Amino acid sequence: MNPVNYLYLAALLFTIGATGVLIRRNAIVVFMCIELMLNACNLAFVTFSRMHGNLDGQIIAFFTMVVAAAEVVVGLAIIVSLFRSRHSASVDDASLMKL
Amino acid sequence: MTAQLAAHSTSLAAYSTSTGEAFQFWVLGTVAVIGALCTVFMKKSVHSALCLAGTMIILAVFYLANGAYFLGIVQVVVYTGAIMMLFLFVVMLVGVTAADSLTETIKGQRWLALLCGLGFGILLCAGIGNASLNEFNGLAQANAGGNVEGLATLIFTKYVFAFEITGALLITAAVGAMVLTHRERTERAKTQREMAEERVRKNVQLPPLPAPGVYARHNAVDIPGLLPDGTPSELTVIKTLRDRGQIRDVSDEALKDLKALEQRSGERLGRGDRAEEAAK
Repeated sequence: MNPVNYLYLAALLFTIGATGVLIRRNAIVVFMCIELMLNACNLAFVTFSRMHGNLDGQIIAFFTMVVAAAEVVVGLAIIVSLFRSRHSASVDDASLMKL
Repeated sequence: MTAQLAAHSTSLAAYSTSTGEAFQFWVLGTVAVIGALCTVFMKKSVHSALCLAGTMIILAVFYLANGAYFLGIVQVVVYTGAIMMLFLFVVMLVGVTAADSLTETIKGQRWLALLCGLGFGILLCAGIGNASLNEFNGLAQANAGGNVEGLATLIFTKYVFAFEITGALLITAAVGAMVLTHRERTERAKTQREMAEERVRKNVQLPPLPAPGVYARHNAVDIPGLLPDGTPSELTVIKTLRDRGQIRDVSDEALKDLKALEQRSGERLGRGDRAEEAAK
């Protein structure tokens, strides 16, 4: 098997995640789809690291994980405070700025 | 001789992966894609979270197969262990029952989104297909001194500045989460005395609320007590159960029991009659 297949899998997962972000309304599920996209990127990084035979790709994937962890913490805090103020996690309901 | 053979096998392995890895890729890759699709299309967010956790575990296996041993373990510990549990906590906090609304606010948005996704996927795959990815070295040399040691060397030499910045980012994120979820109390909490006085002033329900299950045949918390005329009183069940609609009304159970008893005895008597007739 050609290891390029891992890249195709990563592209597929990224596409599924992106489609989910566009389709879903629940803020939590949208967030999960973003996590899926980040994971797909990590898979691509790890595969590239193996292809080029150095560990830099793995380092980048490691940093992506750290940033994703920080992002999840802040994002979920935002969702919780949004839910407290409007009793809904739907992204359509947050339309306070609309005329 | 053996060294030559080993060198030959590594050079072979450099251009293509083993059959076992190919098998693993096709089986687990299918499961990963199914998990990702379920994450997007499951109606309840709890199911989405569980499907995503499964996909992440499979990705961890792929990391291990690709020679990223440290990242594979970190993926399991950090992603499926910490981040997905955080997701589940928030899903529980926000309400499992809050299903996604399926009405479209923008007409045709779903189909357009699917079309965009399809186009994007084709574009990505075409890009990968056209890229010249002939180079395939394998990690045998890079992982020679151990994967974790190699990563540590890189992190603390070449990427040490990024590593420090990451620390600052993590602290900022922790403080940000605390600031966002912290609720400052804007008014003083009422004392018991004030609450009692308020209740007297309102004069709606002066004594404590009646207990559940009084005069009913059971006295579980989800069974309303009966009023003197035999009708169940919803006031006796706590508000949480009332809101969820989890009240169990057993006020007419006694009548049902009686009816069933009558029917059974009737059947037995009827059968007895028939037996007597047969005897005659």
